Amino acid sequence: MLLIHCPYCEEERPELEFRHAGEAHIARPQNISEITDKEFERYFFIRSNPKGLMFERWRHIHGCGRFFNAARDTVSDRFLKTYETGEPKPDLSGEGR
Amino acid sequence: MMQPFRLANAGHLGGASPVRFTFDGKSYIGLEGDTLASALLANGVHLMGRSFKYHRPRGVIGAGVEEPNALVGIHRDAARKTPNVRATVQELYEGLTAVSQNRWPSLRLDVGALNDLGTPFFPAGFYYKTFMWPKSAWERLYEPFIRRAAGLGEAPDKPDSDRYANRFAHCDVLVIGGGAAGIAAAHAAAEKGARVILADEQPALGGAMRYLSATLDGKSGWLWAQEMATALSAMDNVRVLTRTTGFGYYAQNMLGLVERLSDHLAEPDPDRPRERLWQVRAGRVVLATGAIERHMVFPDNDRPGAMLASAGRTYLNHYGVAVGTKVGVYTADDCAYAAALDLRSAGVDVPVLVDLRRKPNGDLVDQAQQAGIEVVTGHALSGTDGRLRISRICVRPREGGERREYEVDALLTSSGWTPAVHLFSQSRGKLAFDEATQRFLPDTYVQDAVSVGACNGTAALADGVKEGLAAGETAARETGHRGKGRTLSIDAWSPEGGAGGMIGDSARAPQRGKAFVDFQNDVTAKDIRQAVREGMRSIEHVKRFTTNGMATDQGKTSNMHGLAIAAERLGLPVPQVGLTTFRPPYTPVTFGALVGHGRGALFEPTRRTPIHGWAEENGAVFEDVGQWKRAWYFPRDGEDMHGAVARECRTVRTSAGIFDATTLGKIEIVGPDAARFMELMYTNPWQKLAPGRCRYGIMLREDGFIYDDGVVGRLADGRFHVTTTTGGAPRVLNHMEDYLQTEFAELKVWLTSTSEQWAVIAVQGPKSREIIAPLVEGIDLSDEAMPHMSVREGRFGGVPTRLFRMSFTGELGFEINVPADFGRQAWEAVWEEGRKHGACAYGTETMHVLRAEMGFIIVGQDTDGTVTPHDAGLSWAIGKKKTDFVGIRGLARPDLTAVGRRQLVGLKTRDPNKVLEEGAQIVADPDQAVPMKMIGFVTSSYWSENCGRSIALALVEGGHGRMGEIVHVPMPDEVIDAEIVSTVFFDGKGEDANG
Amino acid sequence: MVEVLTRTGPLDGRSFAASGVRLSPAEPAARLSLRAGGDAVKALSKALALSLPLRPKSTSASGNLAALWLGPDEWLLIDEDGNDLMAACAAITAVHSAVDISHRNVAIDVTGPNVEDVLAAGCPQDLSLRAFPVGAASRTIFGKAEVVLWRRSEQHFRVECWRSFADYVFGLLEAAARDPG
Repeated sequence: MLLIHCPYCEEERPELEFRHAGEAHIARPQNISEITDKEFERYFFIRSNPKGLMFERWRHIHGCGRFFNAARDTVSDRFLKTYETGEPKPDLSGEGR
Repeated sequence: MMQPFRLANAGHLGGASPVRFTFDGKSYIGLEGDTLASALLANGVHLMGRSFKYHRPRGVIGAGVEEPNALVGIHRDAARKTPNVRATVQELYEGLTAVSQNRWPSLRLDVGALNDLGTPFFPAGFYYKTFMWPKSAWERLYEPFIRRAAGLGEAPDKPDSDRYANRFAHCDVLVIGGGAAGIAAAHAAAEKGARVILADEQPALGGAMRYLSATLDGKSGWLWAQEMATALSAMDNVRVLTRTTGFGYYAQNMLGLVERLSDHLAEPDPDRPRERLWQVRAGRVVLATGAIERHMVFPDNDRPGAMLASAGRTYLNHYGVAVGTKVGVYTADDCAYAAALDLRSAGVDVPVLVDLRRKPNGDLVDQAQQAGIEVVTGHALSGTDGRLRISRICVRPREGGERREYEVDALLTSSGWTPAVHLFSQSRGKLAFDEATQRFLPDTYVQDAVSVGACNGTAALADGVKEGLAAGETAARETGHRGKGRTLSIDAWSPEGGAGGMIGDSARAPQRGKAFVDFQNDVTAKDIRQAVREGMRSIEHVKRFTTNGMATDQGKTSNMHGLAIAAERLGLPVPQVGLTTFRPPYTPVTFGALVGHGRGALFEPTRRTPIHGWAEENGAVFEDVGQWKRAWYFPRDGEDMHGAVARECRTVRTSAGIFDATTLGKIEIVGPDAARFMELMYTNPWQKLAPGRCRYGIMLREDGFIYDDGVVGRLADGRFHVTTTTGGAPRVLNHMEDYLQTEFAELKVWLTSTSEQWAVIAVQGPKSREIIAPLVEGIDLSDEAMPHMSVREGRFGGVPTRLFRMSFTGELGFEINVPADFGRQAWEAVWEEGRKHGACAYGTETMHVLRAEMGFIIVGQDTDGTVTPHDAGLSWAIGKKKTDFVGIRGLARPDLTAVGRRQLVGLKTRDPNKVLEEGAQIVADPDQAVPMKMIGFVTSSYWSENCGRSIALALVEGGHGRMGEIVHVPMPDEVIDAEIVSTVFFDGKGEDANG
Repeated sequence: MVEVLTRTGPLDGRSFAASGVRLSPAEPAARLSLRAGGDAVKALSKALALSLPLRPKSTSASGNLAALWLGPDEWLLIDEDGNDLMAACAAITAVHSAVDISHRNVAIDVTGPNVEDVLAAGCPQDLSLRAFPVGAASRTIFGKAEVVLWRRSEQHFRVECWRSFADYVFGLLEAAARDPG
């Protein structure tokens, strides 16, 4: 069971309180009804699924209820950083992997 | 007292009371503090089991968890039979009943041993090669045969009557292993104020102090360990867990520990748990897991009486048991000398000590010789004799040559020690092979852990203790405990340092007899060589081909030998052949421990509504809907389900029915932007819905498919009361929160689950208004004041209510929401009124039938995640002028607008009495060849009492354009013809439920 | 006219005691789910005569009214005197959401020296005084149910759960209470 730092509760809490919510930083197009099929495909279906650094969303569903973002290494399962929804992708150069 | 091999002046059990037990029906006496193995040995019993494949007679090999041979069944009663218990771990208790396994008819005479004579027919990979073809033989011949041959002990066939517990725990420093190094680490950390958990798998701390000659702080090692255990247990910040195995090391210093609470008790308290699972999160982990001795690999090394040198020594020095009267020793390691010397000082004859090494430690040789032991160096054992017990060993020079024989009744062997790096490796730490000592040792740590003592490759006791102290203090400091508390030092001394050791086959020349590497799975050195010869290159392949290390002991004594033999055969260095992965559990864990409290009523929550009790008292039959229990139907005397549902359906449409709708999900949406948010989450328009009015809403996912539906009431400009399906409540709220928090975060609106705030009583039918009217205060129920699809707040039976006028039946209807704690009384009040009008209580089945008569869908039954509102005939519910809602773009995808999509239609069977099966496939042409082209399937199907015939809903390709067509439903015994019709079956004069 | 109904809770009549711990259903209370942004906190605090806690996992209390921080814009208000909290919020003009959940939740008082161990049978959070001091509160997990824990004293936790989970939560607490040590 992982320990996850909730940026809203400002402490590490057990994974049982959280739910994974897919890849982060995929914004819903403002003009969604006007986008092309190709654009919709890219927005809705295509995910990066990287080996290594992954930006993903979590929800502290059984805690404060907030969605937030996390940078996690999918190989080591290590969280590099968690940050509030709406914040830009953090610069993780120099972070140990 | 018959314990012929118990020595008066040896061991730590002095003064212990006698304990009676039985093994295979025969009674014996042991001592309190014995294990089953030590007690049997005290009685001269070495034969404790039969091997898995060849059914060879086997005795005990070890004195701890590494034991591969002495597996027994422990039987308490019919329900509590534990198979595959290591006799070396099972503590003796008064009346213990143990039985041997894997033998027939008896342990001494086992028919399965014929397998041993047939060895040429059972080489490595036998099963893979033999049971290949013909395919038809699998079911009749091979599988039954393998199933009979496989498995060791007998699993109990009754439900486990024991209780199990779970405990989450948090500490600064977790120490696994309570030997000298672990005790030192725990003590050092605790003195600095850290929260410490110290776990050890044995009944008492001490580890190797059971057998080692050692002095710590001026006391014997064993005494010191017991005093330390008492001192540590007395500290507020320390939890000492004995009989507790650290079996798994998971992410972020989470470890799984299992504590055995009652397996050692004669009469366990039935109210207390048998085992407790600890899920420990530690700031720092100190691994002090020790090392496991390896046996020597040589022909016929498995005869009962042959065991590890440290085991023989533990039985002597801890349990006070001599493992024989004439004990031979075969070693490639220094430590066996101490075992030989201890036996000699206890008065046991040690006729010979054979050392494979040409030039072992001269001092040790001198000491042995001075003790009267013949020491033969540079020699190997080439075989043994003895049927149910070893009787003779054959010794000859390593290079071959003349052989000598010695009469023995026991044999101690040692090829050195394998550090117990299991947990370290599970933590994803990287091991490195130490060429000099031929061991894998902890190298790169991935988690906040440190290894100390023998598991770290540290042989000398004083060094291990020093490591422990330093590790404990550092761990405390790193978890924020610095400065205060004294810094400890422990004066530790032991004459033994341990040197030497070898891995692999000790007699490399071709030889007769089986040189066992893995005792439990009967894997020999020859099998491993054969695996290499047949093309296995990686140790992972060798392991699976030979099953080396795959038994319940997971190769604790065998893995390194197997690896060395494969490496030698491949001509590669050991690290290049690889090491198999260590996986949890370190030792077997019961399912009970993993399940913990979560069985029976606590397996998962059973959710009941406030009205449940009434339904139960009134004979309801319940169905499970998710975690909820819902009243399914209310049979009256003599009624079956069909009869009850038919009556309930009829009564609703002629008078009224009362239905518990409490389980519906409810979400309150509050804030100035509530309507804007509703516009985005539902396909329907909401801005113009007036407060006090309701609307049936459809929610899509972004891909355009129906996700949920429900009636929504607008209570005020900025307050909506949303209902969801029963099963959909949590995910719908999550879906809404997701969009609100991450995509529409600028909206001033909040969502609150009120599913359980309200008990909901649906009253449906022409008499519904008359029934509720006497109970309602402050609400005008007339059509003019409260039209269909409206909501009012007022009082009902004296308590606050949100009263909805709505219908899921097509009849005049109301849904009375009252705060849940008033639900039962409100229901009873309605019931009393309803009886005056001939109303009935109805359940979910009638609810389903009535809604199907009107063609109302149930999301998840008539939709399956690939159905659009258009497919479901609900295009009217999409706001045509809306420019955005979740799913708007998905709906425009080419596949979702293509012709030929499956669309929801009604089906009327040609024979009105035939009720279709839900899920049945629909074809256009019943005469086509199999496999037929399926054009759809039945989603809902019922007998409709009100229509006087069967009715069904189905998803059919291009269904909306097929009205009047006949389709066919092939069933196993017939083909049922049905006509495609509108989804509205019942032509009532009630409400237009679409509002 | 029908007589006024009285509240019937799912745990009425239940209680359990084992060595070191006692379980008892709490008296019915009024509860409010209060949601608001930071800009409304002052006005809400004033109207409720209690300063809403702003630190994660913290609580504040005034008489028998308590506010539990559950999230950055979410408080659980519990009034053990049963006052009408909706009415108290009705006049506030600052943007907020107040929803009556008095009957949604059920509370169990868990008291005694073993309280931490009993809750640790199902709650993965660190409940030691250091990590979960008196006055701390948190939404979390207990077995397979979501709960809100509120530490009211060293040996007293109030466990709030949704109504239909109360039977399960009480049952798991009972099982845990029967596992001493």
